[in-house]
Amino acid sequence: MIQVENLRKVFGSKVAVDDLSFSVKKGEVLGFLGPNGAGKSTTMRMVTGYFQPTAGKISIGGVNMLENPEQAKRSIGYLPENAPLYPDMSVTGFLSFCAELRGLHGAAKSKAIDRVLEICFLGNVRHQSVDTLSKGYRHRTCLAQSILHDPEVLILDEPTDGLDPNQKHEVRALIKRMGENKAIIFSTHILEEVDAACSRAIIIDRGKIVADGTPDELKRRAPGADAVRVVIRGAGVRAELEKLSCVEKVEASSADEGSFAGRVIPRKKSSGVDLTREIGELAVAKQWKVETIHREEGKLDEVFRSITRSDVAA
Amino acid sequence: MKNAFAVFKREFFSYFNSPVAYVILVIFLLVTQGFTFFFGNFLDGDDASLTRAFFMWHPWIYLVLAPAVGMKLWSEEHRLGTLELLMTMPISPWQSILGKFLAAAAVWAIAIFLTFPIVITVFYLGNPDPGPILSAYVASYMYAISCLAVTCAVSAFTRSQVICFIISVAICLLLTLFGMQQVIEAIVKTLPSSMEGLVRFVAYLCFLTHFYEMSKGLLVLRDLLYFGSVIVTCLMITSWALNSRRS
Repeated sequence: MIQVENLRKVFGSKVAVDDLSFSVKKGEVLGFLGPNGAGKSTTMRMVTGYFQPTAGKISIGGVNMLENPEQAKRSIGYLPENAPLYPDMSVTGFLSFCAELRGLHGAAKSKAIDRVLEICFLGNVRHQSVDTLSKGYRHRTCLAQSILHDPEVLILDEPTDGLDPNQKHEVRALIKRMGENKAIIFSTHILEEVDAACSRAIIIDRGKIVADGTPDELKRRAPGADAVRVVIRGAGVRAELEKLSCVEKVEASSADEGSFAGRVIPRKKSSGVDLTREIGELAVAKQWKVETIHREEGKLDEVFRSITRSDVAA
Repeated sequence: MKNAFAVFKREFFSYFNSPVAYVILVIFLLVTQGFTFFFGNFLDGDDASLTRAFFMWHPWIYLVLAPAVGMKLWSEEHRLGTLELLMTMPISPWQSILGKFLAAAAVWAIAIFLTFPIVITVFYLGNPDPGPILSAYVASYMYAISCLAVTCAVSAFTRSQVICFIISVAICLLLTLFGMQQVIEAIVKTLPSSMEGLVRFVAYLCFLTHFYEMSKGLLVLRDLLYFGSVIVTCLMITSWALNSRRS
Protein backbone atom coordinates (compact mmCIF):
# COMPACT_ATOMS: atom_id res chain seq x y z
CA MET A 1 0.00 0.00 0.00
CA ILE A 2 2.75 2.43 0.92
CA GLN A 3 5.85 2.38 -1.21
CA VAL A 4 8.70 4.78 -0.49
CA GLU A 5 11.83 4.76 -2.59
CA ASN A 6 15.07 6.68 -2.06
CA LEU A 7 13.32 9.48 -0.25
CA ARG A 8 15.51 12.47 0.51
CA LYS A 9 14.79 15.81 2.11
CA VAL A 10 17.24 18.64 2.55
CA PHE A 11 16.51 21.81 4.52
CA GLY A 12 19.11 24.35 3.58
CA SER A 13 22.38 22.59 4.33
CA LYS A 14 20.86 20.06 6.70
CA VAL A 15 19.96 16.63 5.38
CA ALA A 16 16.84 15.64 7.32
CA VAL A 17 16.00 12.43 5.48
CA ASP A 18 18.66 10.60 3.56
CA ASP A 19 17.80 8.00 0.95
CA LEU A 20 15.02 6.26 2.84
CA SER A 21 13.24 3.29 1.28
CA PHE A 22 10.57 1.12 2.82
CA SER A 23 7.17 -0.33 2.08
CA VAL A 24 4.13 -1.19 4.15
CA LYS A 25 1.66 -3.81 3.05
CA LYS A 26 -2.00 -4.05 3.90
CA GLY A 27 -2.42 -5.64 7.32
CA GLU A 28 0.90 -4.36 8.52
CA VAL A 29 1.51 -1.93 11.37
CA LEU A 30 4.88 -0.28 11.00
CA GLY A 31 6.42 1.36 14.05
CA PHE A 32 8.66 4.30 13.35
CA LEU A 33 11.30 4.74 16.00
CA GLY A 34 14.12 7.13 16.39
CA PRO A 35 15.52 9.85 18.62
CA ASN A 36 14.15 13.38 18.43
CA GLY A 37 15.14 15.05 15.21
CA ALA A 38 15.90 11.76 13.45
CA GLY A 39 13.58 12.59 10.58
CA LYS A 40 10.45 10.69 11.61
CA SER A 41 8.02 13.58 11.28
CA THR A 42 9.70 14.87 8.13
CA THR A 43 9.30 11.45 6.52
CA MET A 44 5.65 11.27 7.51
CA ARG A 45 5.03 14.78 6.23
CA MET A 46 6.45 13.75 2.88
CA VAL A 47 4.47 10.53 2.73
CA THR A 48 1.25 12.45 3.46
CA GLY A 49 2.04 15.04 0.80
CA TYR A 50 2.62 18.01 3.10
CA PHE A 51 6.33 18.38 2.35
CA GLN A 52 7.73 18.07 -1.14
CA PRO A 53 10.66 15.65 -1.10
CA THR A 54 13.99 16.84 -2.49
CA ALA A 55 14.27 13.52 -4.29
CA GLY A 56 12.60 10.13 -4.26
CA LYS A 57 9.32 8.47 -5.00
CA ILE A 58 6.21 7.95 -2.89
CA SER A 59 3.31 5.83 -3.96
CA ILE A 60 0.13 5.24 -1.97
CA GLY A 61 -1.95 2.31 -3.14
CA GLY A 62 -0.27 2.52 -6.51
CA VAL A 63 -0.93 6.27 -6.91
CA ASN A 64 2.10 8.52 -7.17
CA MET A 65 1.96 11.20 -4.46
CA LEU A 66 4.09 13.66 -6.37
CA GLU A 67 2.27 13.43 -9.67
CA ASN A 68 -1.26 12.94 -8.46
CA PRO A 69 -1.41 14.33 -4.91
CA GLU A 70 -5.14 14.86 -4.58
CA GLN A 71 -5.96 11.29 -5.50
CA ALA A 72 -3.17 9.84 -3.37
CA LYS A 73 -4.24 11.90 -0.35
CA ARG A 74 -7.76 10.51 -0.63
CA SER A 75 -6.75 7.10 0.70
CA ILE A 76 -4.65 8.46 3.58
CA GLY A 77 -5.76 9.30 7.08
CA TYR A 78 -3.23 11.48 8.89
CA LEU A 79 -2.77 12.49 12.49
CA PRO A 80 -0.12 15.23 12.51
CA GLU A 81 2.22 15.71 15.44
CA ASN A 82 0.63 17.62 18.33
CA ALA A 83 -2.86 16.98 16.93
CA PRO A 84 -3.71 20.41 15.48
CA LEU A 85 -7.34 21.54 15.68
CA TYR A 86 -9.37 24.70 15.17
CA PRO A 87 -10.04 25.82 18.74
CA ASP A 88 -13.17 27.82 17.92
CA MET A 89 -15.09 24.83 16.60
CA SER A 90 -17.10 22.16 18.37
CA VAL A 91 -15.98 18.53 18.12
CA THR A 92 -18.76 17.64 15.68
CA GLY A 93 -18.26 20.92 13.81
CA PHE A 94 -14.62 20.10 13.28
CA LEU A 95 -15.33 16.52 12.23
CA SER A 96 -18.05 17.73 9.91
CA PHE A 97 -15.61 20.14 8.25
CA CYS A 98 -13.04 17.37 7.78
CA ALA A 99 -15.71 15.00 6.45
CA GLU A 100 -16.75 17.57 3.84
CA LEU A 101 -13.15 17.99 2.70
CA ARG A 102 -13.06 14.20 2.39
CA GLY A 103 -16.08 14.36 0.12
CA LEU A 104 -18.60 13.04 2.63
CA HIS A 105 -21.95 14.84 2.66
CA GLY A 106 -25.44 14.37 4.04
CA ALA A 107 -26.28 11.01 5.60
CA ALA A 108 -22.86 9.49 4.81
CA LYS A 109 -21.26 12.36 6.70
CA SER A 110 -23.36 12.03 9.85
CA LYS A 111 -22.91 8.26 9.82
CA ALA A 112 -19.14 8.61 9.56
CA ILE A 113 -19.09 11.17 12.37
CA ASP A 114 -21.19 8.98 14.67
CA ARG A 115 -18.91 6.03 13.95
CA VAL A 116 -15.67 7.86 14.84
CA LEU A 117 -17.23 9.54 17.89
CA GLU A 118 -17.93 6.07 19.19
CA ILE A 119 -14.56 4.56 18.25
CA CYS A 120 -12.64 7.43 19.84
CA PHE A 121 -14.90 7.75 22.92
CA LEU A 122 -15.90 11.30 22.15
CA GLY A 123 -19.65 10.89 22.54
CA ASN A 124 -19.94 12.92 25.73
CA VAL A 125 -18.00 15.93 24.42
CA ARG A 126 -19.45 16.01 20.93
CA HIS A 127 -20.99 19.47 21.26
CA GLN A 128 -18.20 20.93 23.34
CA SER A 129 -15.91 23.57 21.90
CA VAL A 130 -12.41 22.26 21.13
CA ASP A 131 -10.62 24.87 23.27
CA THR A 132 -12.41 23.62 26.39
CA LEU A 133 -11.23 20.02 25.89
CA SER A 134 -8.45 18.35 27.82
CA LYS A 135 -5.37 17.22 25.94
CA GLY A 136 -6.52 13.61 25.75
CA TYR A 137 -9.82 14.59 24.17
CA ARG A 138 -8.14 16.94 21.72
CA HIS A 139 -5.80 14.22 20.66
CA ARG A 140 -8.63 11.80 20.14
CA THR A 141 -10.61 14.38 18.20
CA CYS A 142 -7.75 14.71 15.77
CA LEU A 143 -7.39 10.94 15.65
CA ALA A 144 -11.12 10.70 14.87
CA GLN A 145 -10.57 13.06 11.96
CA SER A 146 -7.97 10.71 10.50
CA ILE A 147 -10.26 7.69 10.38
CA LEU A 148 -13.45 9.48 9.26
CA HIS A 149 -13.29 8.16 5.71
CA ASP A 150 -12.11 4.69 6.77
CA PRO A 151 -8.82 5.10 4.89
CA GLU A 152 -6.70 2.24 3.64
CA VAL A 153 -3.55 3.96 4.79
CA LEU A 154 -3.19 5.50 8.22
CA ILE A 155 -0.26 7.65 9.22
CA LEU A 156 -0.08 8.62 12.87
CA ASP A 157 2.62 10.89 14.23
CA GLU A 158 2.97 10.10 17.93
CA PRO A 159 -0.62 9.02 18.41
CA THR A 160 -0.28 8.36 22.14
CA ASP A 161 1.61 11.52 23.03
CA GLY A 162 0.02 13.28 25.98
CA LEU A 163 -2.49 10.57 26.79
CA ASP A 164 -2.91 8.97 30.19
CA PRO A 165 -2.00 5.27 30.59
CA ASN A 166 -5.57 4.08 30.04
CA GLN A 167 -6.00 6.15 26.93
CA LYS A 168 -2.61 4.98 25.67
CA HIS A 169 -3.76 1.42 26.08
CA GLU A 170 -7.01 2.13 24.22
CA VAL A 171 -5.25 3.84 21.33
CA ARG A 172 -2.73 1.03 21.01
CA ALA A 173 -5.50 -1.53 20.96
CA LEU A 174 -7.30 0.56 18.38
CA ILE A 175 -4.21 0.75 16.17
CA LYS A 176 -3.72 -2.97 16.45
CA ARG A 177 -7.34 -3.66 15.59
CA MET A 178 -7.35 -1.31 12.62
CA GLY A 179 -4.04 -2.73 11.47
CA GLU A 180 -5.75 -5.92 10.44
CA ASN A 181 -7.12 -4.42 7.26
CA LYS A 182 -5.15 -1.23 6.78
CA ALA A 183 -1.55 -0.24 6.22
CA ILE A 184 -0.49 1.81 9.23
CA ILE A 185 2.64 3.77 10.04
CA PHE A 186 3.00 5.30 13.46
CA SER A 187 5.89 7.00 15.13
CA THR A 188 6.63 6.84 18.80
CA HIS A 189 9.27 7.31 21.46
CA ILE A 190 7.75 4.68 23.67
CA LEU A 191 9.35 1.35 22.95
CA GLU A 192 6.79 -0.80 24.69
CA GLU A 193 4.28 0.52 22.18
CA VAL A 194 6.18 -1.15 19.39
CA ASP A 195 5.81 -4.43 21.21
CA ALA A 196 2.15 -3.83 21.88
CA ALA A 197 0.97 -2.74 18.45
CA CYS A 198 3.50 -3.20 15.65
CA SER A 199 4.05 -6.07 13.32
CA ARG A 200 7.24 -4.43 12.09
CA ALA A 201 9.50 -1.65 13.24
CA ILE A 202 11.99 0.65 11.61
CA ILE A 203 14.53 2.57 13.61
CA ILE A 204 15.82 5.70 11.94
CA ASP A 205 18.66 7.87 13.03
CA ARG A 206 19.88 11.02 11.32
CA GLY A 207 17.62 10.42 8.37
CA LYS A 208 18.75 6.86 7.69
CA ILE A 209 17.23 3.49 8.46
CA VAL A 210 19.47 1.74 10.97
CA ALA A 211 17.27 -1.24 11.74
CA ASP A 212 14.26 -2.87 10.14
CA GLY A 213 12.47 -5.99 11.33
CA THR A 214 9.79 -7.46 13.56
CA PRO A 215 10.00 -6.39 17.20
CA ASP A 216 11.37 -9.86 18.08
CA GLU A 217 14.06 -9.68 15.45
CA LEU A 218 15.10 -6.28 16.69
CA LYS A 219 15.22 -7.45 20.26
CA ARG A 220 17.67 -10.17 19.32
CA ARG A 221 20.07 -7.44 18.27
CA ALA A 222 20.28 -6.18 21.82
CA PRO A 223 23.75 -6.52 23.36
CA GLY A 224 22.40 -8.67 26.18
CA ALA A 225 19.90 -10.69 24.17
CA ASP A 226 19.56 -14.36 25.10
CA ALA A 227 21.66 -13.99 28.22
CA VAL A 228 20.65 -16.33 31.01
CA ARG A 229 20.19 -14.95 34.49
CA VAL A 230 20.96 -17.46 37.20
CA VAL A 231 21.09 -17.70 40.97
CA ILE A 232 22.73 -20.98 41.94
CA ARG A 233 23.89 -22.39 45.27
CA GLY A 234 26.92 -24.57 44.94
CA ALA A 235 30.69 -24.49 44.91
CA GLY A 236 32.82 -23.25 42.01
CA VAL A 237 29.81 -22.35 39.91
CA ARG A 238 31.44 -19.54 38.01
CA ALA A 239 34.43 -21.50 36.90
CA GLU A 240 32.27 -24.39 35.72
CA LEU A 241 29.96 -22.09 33.78
CA GLU A 242 32.87 -20.47 32.05
CA LYS A 243 34.01 -23.88 30.87
CA LEU A 244 30.82 -24.46 28.85
CA SER A 245 31.59 -24.32 25.15
CA CYS A 246 28.72 -22.10 24.24
CA VAL A 247 29.42 -19.45 26.85
CA GLU A 248 31.02 -16.21 25.84
CA LYS A 249 31.24 -14.51 29.20
CA VAL A 250 29.98 -14.83 32.75
CA GLU A 251 29.06 -11.68 34.64
CA ALA A 252 28.68 -12.01 38.38
CA SER A 253 26.44 -9.62 40.21
CA SER A 254 27.20 -11.21 43.58
CA ALA A 255 29.32 -14.24 44.29
CA ASP A 256 30.71 -15.84 47.42
CA GLU A 257 31.92 -19.25 48.46
CA GLY A 258 28.65 -21.11 48.34
CA SER A 259 26.58 -19.29 45.77
CA PHE A 260 26.63 -17.44 42.48
CA ALA A 261 24.26 -14.86 41.00
CA GLY A 262 24.75 -13.25 37.66
CA ARG A 263 24.32 -13.41 33.90
CA VAL A 264 25.68 -15.94 31.47
CA ILE A 265 26.11 -14.55 27.99
CA PRO A 266 26.14 -17.04 25.12
CA ARG A 267 28.47 -16.98 22.15
CA LYS A 268 26.77 -15.41 19.14
CA LYS A 269 27.72 -18.17 16.73
CA SER A 270 26.38 -20.94 18.95
CA SER A 271 22.84 -19.65 18.54
CA GLY A 272 20.55 -22.63 18.37
CA VAL A 273 22.08 -24.16 21.45
CA ASP A 274 19.72 -23.80 24.37
CA LEU A 275 21.93 -22.28 27.02
CA THR A 276 19.26 -22.58 29.69
CA ARG A 277 19.11 -26.31 29.22
CA GLU A 278 22.90 -26.65 29.17
CA ILE A 279 23.14 -24.85 32.47
CA GLY A 280 20.31 -26.92 33.89
CA GLU A 281 21.99 -30.17 32.93
CA LEU A 282 25.28 -28.96 34.36
CA ALA A 283 23.54 -28.08 37.63
CA VAL A 284 22.00 -31.52 37.86
CA ALA A 285 25.35 -33.18 37.20
CA LYS A 286 27.10 -31.03 39.82
CA GLN A 287 24.19 -31.25 42.24
CA TRP A 288 23.84 -27.49 42.52
CA LYS A 289 20.74 -25.91 43.91
CA VAL A 290 19.23 -23.70 41.24
CA GLU A 291 17.15 -20.88 42.67
CA THR A 292 16.61 -18.86 39.52
CA ILE A 293 17.24 -19.57 35.90
CA HIS A 294 15.65 -17.71 33.01
CA ARG A 295 16.54 -16.47 29.61
CA GLU A 296 16.53 -12.73 29.22
CA GLU A 297 14.78 -11.26 26.25
CA GLY A 298 16.64 -8.48 24.58
CA LYS A 299 15.15 -5.15 25.48
CA LEU A 300 14.12 -2.81 22.71
CA ASP A 301 15.51 0.16 24.53
CA GLU A 302 18.91 -1.53 24.60
CA VAL A 303 18.70 -2.04 20.85
CA PHE A 304 17.60 1.52 20.46
CA ARG A 305 20.42 2.89 22.56
CA SER A 306 23.07 0.75 20.97
CA ILE A 307 22.24 1.70 17.39
CA THR A 308 21.12 5.29 17.60
CA ARG A 309 23.53 7.94 18.60
CA SER A 310 21.87 10.57 20.65
CA ASP A 311 22.53 14.25 20.10
CA VAL A 312 24.01 14.41 23.56
CA ALA A 313 26.78 12.01 22.64
CA ALA A 314 27.53 13.67 19.34
CA MET B 1 -16.12 23.85 -5.72
CA LYS B 2 -17.67 21.86 -2.88
CA ASN B 3 -14.30 21.77 -1.16
CA ALA B 4 -13.79 25.50 -1.49
CA PHE B 5 -17.27 25.97 -0.07
CA ALA B 6 -16.46 23.77 2.94
CA VAL B 7 -13.38 25.90 3.64
CA PHE B 8 -15.41 29.07 3.09
CA LYS B 9 -18.09 27.94 5.51
CA ARG B 10 -15.62 27.10 8.26
CA GLU B 11 -13.73 30.35 7.87
CA PHE B 12 -16.86 32.49 7.65
CA PHE B 13 -18.41 30.99 10.78
CA SER B 14 -15.12 31.27 12.63
CA TYR B 15 -15.36 35.05 12.16
CA PHE B 16 -18.77 35.07 13.75
CA ASN B 17 -17.95 32.48 16.43
CA SER B 18 -15.40 34.91 17.82
CA PRO B 19 -15.88 38.61 18.61
CA VAL B 20 -13.64 39.59 15.65
CA ALA B 21 -16.37 40.10 13.07
CA TYR B 22 -18.71 41.92 15.46
CA VAL B 23 -16.03 44.29 16.73
CA ILE B 24 -14.95 45.15 13.22
CA LEU B 25 -18.50 45.60 11.94
CA VAL B 26 -19.38 47.93 14.81
CA ILE B 27 -16.17 49.95 14.54
CA PHE B 28 -16.52 50.20 10.78
CA LEU B 29 -20.10 51.46 10.98
CA LEU B 30 -19.33 53.92 13.78
CA VAL B 31 -16.30 55.30 11.98
CA THR B 32 -17.90 55.60 8.54
CA GLN B 33 -20.99 57.33 9.90
CA GLY B 34 -18.99 59.44 12.35
CA PHE B 35 -16.57 60.70 9.71
CA THR B 36 -19.42 61.44 7.36
CA PHE B 37 -21.29 63.64 9.80
CA PHE B 38 -18.46 65.21 11.82
CA PHE B 39 -15.59 65.61 9.36
CA GLY B 40 -17.34 65.28 6.03
CA ASN B 41 -19.85 68.00 6.90
CA PHE B 42 -22.43 65.81 5.27
CA LEU B 43 -25.43 67.89 6.34
CA ASP B 44 -23.91 71.24 5.24
CA GLY B 45 -22.47 69.89 2.02
CA ASP B 46 -25.66 70.11 0.04
CA ASP B 47 -24.40 67.09 -1.87
CA ALA B 48 -26.61 64.07 -2.21
CA SER B 49 -24.16 61.90 -4.17
CA LEU B 50 -22.35 60.76 -0.98
CA THR B 51 -19.03 60.87 -2.87
CA ARG B 52 -17.32 63.57 -0.87
CA ALA B 53 -18.75 63.20 2.57
CA PHE B 54 -19.11 59.43 2.79
CA PHE B 55 -16.96 57.46 0.37
CA MET B 56 -13.81 59.57 0.56
CA TRP B 57 -13.08 58.22 4.04
CA HIS B 58 -13.37 54.58 3.08
CA PRO B 59 -9.82 53.95 1.79
CA TRP B 60 -8.34 55.24 5.04
CA ILE B 61 -10.63 53.09 7.12
CA TYR B 62 -9.95 49.99 5.05
CA LEU B 63 -6.22 50.25 5.26
CA VAL B 64 -6.50 49.62 8.99
CA LEU B 65 -9.60 47.45 9.26
CA ALA B 66 -9.11 45.14 6.26
CA PRO B 67 -5.77 43.84 7.59
CA ALA B 68 -7.51 43.32 10.95
CA VAL B 69 -9.98 40.99 9.25
CA GLY B 70 -7.42 39.26 7.04
CA MET B 71 -4.44 38.91 9.38
CA LYS B 72 -5.54 35.57 10.77
CA LEU B 73 -6.20 33.93 7.39
CA TRP B 74 -2.94 31.99 7.06
CA SER B 75 -0.85 33.06 10.03
CA GLU B 76 -3.31 31.37 12.36
CA GLU B 77 -3.14 28.18 10.31
CA HIS B 78 0.64 28.27 10.63
CA ARG B 79 0.51 28.91 14.35
CA LEU B 80 -2.06 26.21 15.15
CA GLY B 81 -0.44 23.68 12.82
CA THR B 82 -3.77 23.19 11.06
CA LEU B 83 -2.08 24.14 7.80
CA GLU B 84 -0.62 20.63 7.84
CA LEU B 85 -4.09 19.19 8.25
CA LEU B 86 -5.52 21.33 5.46
CA MET B 87 -2.67 20.62 3.07
CA THR B 88 -2.89 16.86 3.54
CA MET B 89 -6.61 16.82 2.74
CA PRO B 90 -7.49 15.70 -0.78
CA ILE B 91 -8.14 19.25 -1.98
CA SER B 92 -5.98 21.57 -4.03
CA PRO B 93 -4.30 24.51 -2.27
CA TRP B 94 -6.27 26.83 -4.53
CA GLN B 95 -9.55 25.60 -3.13
CA SER B 96 -8.35 26.50 0.37
CA ILE B 97 -7.03 29.88 -0.72
CA LEU B 98 -10.22 30.80 -2.53
CA GLY B 99 -12.48 29.53 0.25
CA LYS B 100 -10.65 31.47 2.93
CA PHE B 101 -10.32 34.66 0.92
CA LEU B 102 -13.98 34.66 -0.06
CA ALA B 103 -14.98 34.13 3.58
CA ALA B 104 -13.11 37.28 4.61
CA ALA B 105 -14.52 39.08 1.57
CA ALA B 106 -18.01 38.05 2.69
CA VAL B 107 -17.42 39.73 6.05
CA TRP B 108 -16.71 42.97 4.17
CA ALA B 109 -19.77 42.50 2.01
CA ILE B 110 -21.83 42.41 5.17
CA ALA B 111 -20.03 45.44 6.60
CA ILE B 112 -20.63 47.49 3.49
CA PHE B 113 -24.23 46.36 3.20
CA LEU B 114 -24.86 47.54 6.74
CA THR B 115 -24.07 51.15 5.74
CA PHE B 116 -27.42 51.25 3.91
CA PRO B 117 -29.05 53.75 6.32
CA ILE B 118 -26.95 56.53 4.83
CA VAL B 119 -28.31 55.70 1.38
CA ILE B 120 -31.86 55.78 2.71
CA THR B 121 -31.02 59.13 4.31
CA VAL B 122 -29.85 60.77 1.09
CA PHE B 123 -32.82 59.46 -0.80
CA TYR B 124 -35.08 60.85 1.92
CA LEU B 125 -33.36 64.24 2.05
CA GLY B 126 -32.71 64.78 -1.62
CA ASN B 127 -32.99 63.34 -5.04
CA PRO B 128 -29.61 61.77 -5.85
CA ASP B 129 -28.58 59.89 -8.96
CA PRO B 130 -28.38 56.20 -7.96
CA GLY B 131 -25.69 55.47 -10.60
CA PRO B 132 -22.72 57.17 -8.93
CA ILE B 133 -23.73 55.78 -5.54
CA LEU B 134 -23.77 52.26 -6.88
CA SER B 135 -20.47 52.72 -8.67
CA ALA B 136 -18.87 54.20 -5.54
CA TYR B 137 -20.11 51.26 -3.52
CA VAL B 138 -18.48 48.87 -5.99
CA ALA B 139 -15.26 50.91 -5.79
CA SER B 140 -15.39 50.87 -2.03
CA TYR B 141 -15.88 47.11 -1.91
CA MET B 142 -13.08 46.50 -4.40
CA TYR B 143 -10.83 48.67 -2.26
CA ALA B 144 -11.71 46.67 0.84
CA ILE B 145 -11.06 43.29 -0.69
CA SER B 146 -7.87 44.44 -2.40
CA CYS B 147 -6.49 45.44 1.01
CA LEU B 148 -7.72 42.05 2.19
CA ALA B 149 -5.90 40.26 -0.64
CA VAL B 150 -2.66 42.07 0.30
CA THR B 151 -3.15 40.93 3.91
CA CYS B 152 -3.90 37.40 2.76
CA ALA B 153 -0.59 37.27 0.88
CA VAL B 154 1.35 38.70 3.82
CA SER B 155 -0.25 36.27 6.27
CA ALA B 156 1.02 33.34 4.23
CA PHE B 157 4.57 34.37 5.14
CA THR B 158 4.30 34.67 8.91
CA ARG B 159 2.84 32.87 11.86
CA SER B 160 2.50 36.11 13.82
CA GLN B 161 -0.73 38.00 13.35
CA VAL B 162 0.82 41.20 14.73
CA ILE B 163 3.62 41.17 12.15
CA CYS B 164 1.11 40.39 9.44
CA PHE B 165 -1.11 43.29 10.54
CA ILE B 166 1.67 45.86 10.65
CA ILE B 167 3.22 44.89 7.32
CA SER B 168 -0.18 44.76 5.63
CA VAL B 169 -1.15 48.19 6.96
CA ALA B 170 2.19 49.55 5.74
CA ILE B 171 1.68 48.14 2.24
CA CYS B 172 -1.92 49.33 2.05
CA LEU B 173 -0.85 52.75 3.30
CA LEU B 174 1.77 53.03 0.57
CA LEU B 175 -0.69 51.92 -2.08
CA THR B 176 -3.11 54.56 -0.83
CA LEU B 177 -0.68 57.44 -0.30
CA PHE B 178 0.96 57.14 -3.69
CA GLY B 179 -2.44 57.56 -5.25
CA MET B 180 -3.07 60.91 -3.56
CA GLN B 181 -2.85 63.86 -5.89
CA GLN B 182 -1.02 66.02 -3.32
CA VAL B 183 1.59 63.33 -2.65
CA ILE B 184 2.19 62.71 -6.34
CA GLU B 185 2.64 66.42 -7.04
CA ALA B 186 5.05 66.77 -4.12
CA ILE B 187 7.14 63.86 -5.38
CA VAL B 188 7.12 65.12 -8.97
CA LYS B 189 8.43 68.51 -7.74
CA THR B 190 11.34 67.07 -5.79
CA LEU B 191 12.49 64.57 -8.39
CA PRO B 192 14.12 65.50 -11.71
CA SER B 193 11.58 65.98 -14.45
CA SER B 194 12.78 62.89 -16.31
CA MET B 195 11.37 60.78 -13.50
CA GLU B 196 7.89 62.22 -13.77
CA GLY B 197 6.69 59.51 -16.10
CA LEU B 198 7.82 56.83 -13.67
CA VAL B 199 6.13 58.54 -10.73
CA ARG B 200 2.88 58.87 -12.65
CA PHE B 201 3.16 55.21 -13.63
CA VAL B 202 3.69 54.11 -10.02
CA ALA B 203 0.79 56.30 -8.96
CA TYR B 204 -1.29 54.63 -11.61
CA LEU B 205 -0.57 51.29 -9.97
CA CYS B 206 -1.93 52.49 -6.65
CA PHE B 207 -5.34 51.76 -5.20
CA LEU B 208 -6.45 55.31 -4.63
CA THR B 209 -6.09 56.49 -8.23
CA HIS B 210 -8.53 53.85 -9.37
CA PHE B 211 -10.81 54.38 -6.42
CA TYR B 212 -11.21 58.07 -7.29
CA GLU B 213 -12.04 57.26 -10.87
CA MET B 214 -14.72 54.81 -9.84
CA SER B 215 -16.17 56.85 -7.00
CA LYS B 216 -16.76 59.78 -9.32
CA GLY B 217 -19.48 57.67 -10.78
CA LEU B 218 -17.60 56.18 -13.66
CA LEU B 219 -17.89 52.43 -13.43
CA VAL B 220 -14.95 51.86 -15.70
CA LEU B 221 -14.06 48.34 -16.73
CA ARG B 222 -10.40 49.33 -16.66
CA ASP B 223 -10.51 50.09 -12.94
CA LEU B 224 -12.44 46.95 -12.18
CA LEU B 225 -9.84 44.96 -14.06
CA TYR B 226 -7.16 46.75 -12.10
CA PHE B 227 -8.58 45.71 -8.72
CA GLY B 228 -9.27 42.23 -10.06
CA SER B 229 -5.67 41.80 -11.15
CA VAL B 230 -4.39 43.08 -7.79
CA ILE B 231 -6.46 40.41 -6.06
CA VAL B 232 -5.38 37.64 -8.42
CA THR B 233 -1.73 38.62 -8.03
CA CYS B 234 -1.98 38.62 -4.24
CA LEU B 235 -3.66 35.22 -4.22
CA MET B 236 -0.94 33.86 -6.48
CA ILE B 237 1.68 35.19 -4.07
CA THR B 238 -0.24 33.45 -1.28
CA SER B 239 -0.16 30.18 -3.19
CA TRP B 240 3.53 30.56 -3.90
CA ALA B 241 4.30 31.34 -0.25
CA LEU B 242 2.33 28.32 0.96
CA ASN B 243 4.05 26.06 -1.53
CA SER B 244 7.51 27.31 -0.64
CA ARG B 245 6.80 26.43 2.99
CA ARG B 246 6.28 22.86 1.92
CA SER B 247 9.35 22.41 -0.23
